[in-house]
Amino acid sequence: MTALAWLIPCALVLGLVGLVAFLWALNSGQFQDLEGAGWRAIQDDEDAPSTAPDNR
Amino acid sequence: MGRTLDISLADAELRSALDEGRPRVETTSLVVENMQCGACMSSIEGALRNVPGVLDARANLSARRVAVTFHPEKAQSQALIDALSGAGFHAAETPETAASQSEARADDLLRRLGVAGFAAANVMLLSVSVWAGEASDMDRAAASLFHWLSALIAMPAIAYAAQPFFRSAGGALGSGRLNMDVPISLGIILATGMSLFQTIRGTSHVYFDAAIMLTFFLLIGRYLDEQVRLRARGAAENLIGLKALTAMVIGADGTATRVPARTLVPGMRIHVAAGERIPVDGRILDGLTDIDASLITGETLPAAGAPGSNVHAGTLNLTRAITVEATATDDSTLLAEIARLMQSAEQGRGQYVRLADRASRLYAPAVHVLGAATLLGWMMVGAGWEVALTNAVAVLIITCPCALALAVPAVQVAATSRLFGKGVIVKAADGLERLSEVDTVVFDKTGTLTRGEPALRNGAEIDDDVLMAAASLAISSRHPYSRAVVKAARDRGLDIIPAESVTEVAGSGLSAQTSNGERRLGSAAWVSEGTSSAGAPGSLFYGDGTAAPVAFHFDDIVRDDATEVVAALRAQGYTVHLLSGDRPQAVAAAAQEAGIAYWSGGVRPDGKIAMLERLKAEGHRVLMVGDGLNDAPALAAAHASLSPSSAADISQTAADAVFQGQQLAPILEALKVARASQRMAVQNFGIALAYNVVSVPLAMAGHVTPLIAALAMSLSSIAVTANALRLRRRKLALEPAIGGGQS
Repeated sequence: MTALAWLIPCALVLGLVGLVAFLWALNSGQFQDLEGAGWRAIQDDEDAPSTAPDNR
Repeated sequence: MGRTLDISLADAELRSALDEGRPRVETTSLVVENMQCGACMSSIEGALRNVPGVLDARANLSARRVAVTFHPEKAQSQALIDALSGAGFHAAETPETAASQSEARADDLLRRLGVAGFAAANVMLLSVSVWAGEASDMDRAAASLFHWLSALIAMPAIAYAAQPFFRSAGGALGSGRLNMDVPISLGIILATGMSLFQTIRGTSHVYFDAAIMLTFFLLIGRYLDEQVRLRARGAAENLIGLKALTAMVIGADGTATRVPARTLVPGMRIHVAAGERIPVDGRILDGLTDIDASLITGETLPAAGAPGSNVHAGTLNLTRAITVEATATDDSTLLAEIARLMQSAEQGRGQYVRLADRASRLYAPAVHVLGAATLLGWMMVGAGWEVALTNAVAVLIITCPCALALAVPAVQVAATSRLFGKGVIVKAADGLERLSEVDTVVFDKTGTLTRGEPALRNGAEIDDDVLMAAASLAISSRHPYSRAVVKAARDRGLDIIPAESVTEVAGSGLSAQTSNGERRLGSAAWVSEGTSSAGAPGSLFYGDGTAAPVAFHFDDIVRDDATEVVAALRAQGYTVHLLSGDRPQAVAAAAQEAGIAYWSGGVRPDGKIAMLERLKAEGHRVLMVGDGLNDAPALAAAHASLSPSSAADISQTAADAVFQGQQLAPILEALKVARASQRMAVQNFGIALAYNVVSVPLAMAGHVTPLIAALAMSLSSIAVTANALRLRRRKLALEPAIGGGQS
């Protein structure tokens, strides 16, 4: 039974971390464009310094 | 980033007013029509960031919009649109709307959904332990501890997450009505209160899990509902935004600047090039031209426009550039008359009662009666008030219309996303329901049943060399008949060599001087006699001064699949009418070609409404399909309405749904899906009721444990949602019309 004393708070804290992460994502507008977000991940960032060697 | 981009214009201005030190910054939202893939996003953002004065651009692929932050002194929204068109994208300003408000509402629901989901998961974790403990050796102290923990998690979560239901129920009760949210709120509050009481007493009748799960499932239904509406509204706004006109305004010093049409004020002088839509109601100051008013009146023949004549916003300038002076819209204009008719038509439609509301009108009182009967019944047989109340609450929890509240939204999501994929955007929340009830379909002619552009009818009688010669003149004109001649020549595979020095005489035709004399393409009188006068409707003549002039006859041809669609509708018992503002002969020809038996031509907007009223009085439920400004009142007055995406924006706003593309088949699809979704909603109510029939007697008899309550609730919700999802893939056939004659 003593295991409950830390297991239950553990479960609750983990759940809360998930909830806070969800609320943060929602507030920062990450659910506004679900289609586009997938595409952005596989795109080359134009602002980043070019890593493609030109002289190959 | 979302936060900073979402600040409204007013916000940005306010902030800059407070902070004078920094340069002013504005954020605007642009619709981009052809943003279709991920790669487009970076091209769009790149093109915008290269415009001087633009600070940031963020594309949203789902909404087909891009939010741009810029310094208004250095950049104008027109410059942004021009930059995008340079990169190959067709963009326009988003119309000012309440979209951001409903976006905030959807976000709010999602936030509550997250909290409810967190609480539901944790409470279930504890509840499953307690249920398992009943079968093994869990002691009362541990069970009580778990109940207390559930109470601590569930009560604040319910107090926050279930607020939308409480507010809606409070509003309904305040105005003396019952809606679905009244039994929902009562069930949630009683279950929570009762569970708290039982937790304090240390018994096992604790329903926190059921109460929080109920809130969670109901919020899913509410969120789906909001999301569907948001998406449809956004798509409809995009269509209208893309049609928004710009105007070339001539300033006092004679310089021309391009501005959005909505910023025009009376007295401004506007240059309208040939082929452009006229952006305002006004008077022609300079220039002779032909004006195509088909989108306004349904009349396919262009009218002549000369200095002093009045022109309407939305009409198309065909032949020659003109200068128009914007006039104030007074009550005598066509637009004002249309607006007035629409207003009265919308009032006449009255309040439509949705299926879910009709069901809840029966259901809500039944739930309350059953709960009260259980309480009284147990009191009468001598059980204590505590047992009686526990059982009454169990009845309320079991009957709580969780599946019922999910039944319709789940079907709506499946149906609208299926139609969205087929190019039909359902805008009205109750549009599908009303569509499913129609038995009569009324079509407008120009632009709806037909393509809205004329085609050469007697091509077979015309020789290749005559057609080629006519096309060489016609290619330099934007007149719809000229385009039809060019298209006919192209279809035959002829090479068109543009004739030199072609002059266009408004209202008469085209002429070109060649070494063999003058060649003319135009009205009969003008070609044969060389004097300018009006021609016979629907025909052009070509003459080169040697042989007798050759006649070209034109028809506004019906859409490719119009005949099949009308036949399919009639085969299933729908009555099909054709109602048009065009000449009766043209209407008769189109009706014959499409296979429509009932038609009338030359009908004014109020005549269309009168016709719809007559059909309604005969007990028919009418689906109006129309595109023109003159159809807008009829679209608002009909039981349900559809309009093509090429329609005038006022008609698109009035219609329940908008369909895209060159085909009429989406009308059939919309009717099919509407009927299927209605049937499925009824099925879902059946599933929800069937489960009540089994579990309510158990609850009244006092045999429902918290485990049964939680299981039954989840299972019925899943069954209802799974049933609705079948609608997404299934092949559907058009069902027979509901028998006419019913009211």
